[in-house]
Order: sequence, then structure tokens, then C-alpha cells
Amino acid sequence: MAHIQVPESVPGIRSLVLFRPETGKPLYDLAQVLLRGESPLTEAERELIAAYVSHRNDCMFCMSSHAAAARCLYGDEKNTVDEVLEDMQQSNVSDKLKSLLHIAGKVQVLGKEVMPADIEAAKNLGANDREIHDTVLIAATFCMFNRYVDGLASLTPTEPEVYAAMGQRLAEKGYVTPQQTT
Amino acid sequence: MAYIDLPKELPGIRGPMAFRPETAKPLNALAEVLLRDDNNTLTRGERELIATYVSSLNDCFFCQNAHGGIAQHYLQCDMQFIDAVKKDYVAMPISDKLKSLLSIAASVQKGGKYVTAEQIEYAKAEGATDKEIHDTVLIAAAFCMFNRYVDGLGTWAPQDREIYVQRGARRAEEGYIDFDLYK
Repeated sequence: MAHIQVPESVPGIRSLVLFRPETGKPLYDLAQVLLRGESPLTEAERELIAAYVSHRNDCMFCMSSHAAAARCLYGDEKNTVDEVLEDMQQSNVSDKLKSLLHIAGKVQVLGKEVMPADIEAAKNLGANDREIHDTVLIAATFCMFNRYVDGLASLTPTEPEVYAAMGQRLAEKGYVTPQQTT
Repeated sequence: MAYIDLPKELPGIRGPMAFRPETAKPLNALAEVLLRDDNNTLTRGERELIATYVSSLNDCFFCQNAHGGIAQHYLQCDMQFIDAVKKDYVAMPISDKLKSLLSIAASVQKGGKYVTAEQIEYAKAEGATDKEIHDTVLIAAAFCMFNRYVDGLGTWAPQDREIYVQRGARRAEEGYIDFDLYK
């Protein structure tokens, strides 16, 4: 049970947004522009960074829902997502994406953990400033979402099919602020 | 020097916000409703103090001084008071309810799962409402984001802490939306 009285049987962040729509709106607006707005990183790559950071933060709800969204967006290459979550360095993603995921992993620990050498390595592999910016902000944002969702002990479904449906919705419709249905 | 090409004259979060205004907009909207909206039973000073405390736990020099300066303005206290709260809030003359919320914020800083049912029970026993607990958790979580954004891009920060005290009064007045990043 959640630590505060949120709508029952609504999972994860959706229950928190229904509890407090005033903060829910900028949170969903941020997710939409960061994960679906114009960016040199594909939507699939951005969802993968979100899932990777959520995995490192041990946030089951965010990891499962964003991994599901990334699998939908990767389509035929959906195994990439599970490879990265299992062992990022051994996965088949490009060296550039590995260097960005490495930076995201540093951000997950703490901002100051990111070293000039990490940035240099990403730039040498072709990452531009916008890609580095978006990687750092996506990683930082999921350090917020993960803490928000788990810090209030919101409902975390355990059935994979629930997340598959969520991933499908996120891939097709993006981040639409949940509304109370009456 | 920052890790990416940001406007050189802008310190802290203002550089990345000028670099990418599309994400700055919801970030500032979130800060405004969480920290400054008066439809809240936590005072602006209490909310800024939570933000300052979490930023100090995350060792983010820019954020802890920027929000420490704003908290100082609202609480009408000096820098020593803010520093003492960061060092040992339990020993400070603040309400037991605020202490219980700072303890929850400290757990959130470590990771969401560190918040215990006992901490929540204690806060409720001290009179904290569900909304106050919600806002405490989200402020703490949001600063785990802001701090990482600022430090993860290697932004620079003025070292003279008095500068932040002066700017604090101004940010309190102007708010987080529609302010000029370059002034």
C-alpha cells in the first residue's frame, strides 16, 4: 500500500499524478519533450537510457514500463533492450550509445561522478553536445521519477503483460497527463 | 568550463536552461508549483529548506547555495542557521514536524526505497498531511534531478556565497517562471 492515500488500483506515477495534478502536469510535459520531442537521439535510444537508469536505481515500475516502451520502439531489434539491461558493455548497441549509457550510469550515482574523460570519450565516438545534454537530463530526470515512485511506495504491478500494454501505449501516444475519470 | 558549449556568462542551471529552453520550461514550472505556489500548508521557507538540505547531501554547491539564499530570505535567518540545519537539523530550533519531513527527504536522497513506513508514521503523528509528505518526497526527488543536471554537465558556480544571498531575495520576488536567464 502506498504511504499516502492515492487512488486505489492505479499503478506507479499515474496514481501520484492523480493525487496532485498541479505537479503532475509539468512532470508529464517534461517526459514528453525529453523523450518524444525533437532530439538527435531516437525515441528508442532515449527510452533505453530511461530504462537503464531506472534499472540501476532498482525501480521496478519505471524500469519495466520504459523497457517495454523501448522494446516497442526498437521493433525487430527489441532484444537490444534486454541485452543492455543484462550487461550494457557486452550488448550490441553502438560504441557511441555505450559511451552515453556510461555517462547516464555516472549521473545515476551522482552528478559529480561524470568526469571530463567520460565526456571526451563520448565526443570522440561522435556524440554531440545535444546528445550529451539529453543523456544527462534523461538520467537526472529518472533519478527523480524513480525516487518519487518508490519514495511514496506507489503500486507496482508484477505481471509482465501489464507493462507490455503500458509500453505499447507510451510508444504510440507518448506522455499524456492522466486525468481522473469520474 | 562546462562539458558542453553553454553560454559562458551563465552559472549553474541557467547555462543548460539557455541551451535547451524546451526542457527549461517544464523544469521551471515544476519548481514554481513545488516551491513557490502559496496553495500549500508548507511555507515557502520550509520547502526551500528541504531543497537546500537535499542539495547539500548531493554535494551540489550551486543548488545548495542558490536555494539556501532563497530559504534565508523567507526564513529571515542568517547563513549560519542554514549551514547548521545542513550539518545537524535535529539539534536546530525547528518544528518536530519539519524534522520528520527532513528525515524523509534524506531517505529519498539515498533512494526511494529507503523511506520506511515508520518514518511516514512518525511524520503523520507530528501532524504532517498526505500532501505535505507528497510534496516533501517530490521536492527531494526533484533536487536529486536538478543537482545531477547542474553537476553532470560540469557547470560553473560563483564561489562567493554572499552572491547567492543577494540573488535569493530577487528569485523569491520574481519566481521561477518568466525570469530572464541573462539577468
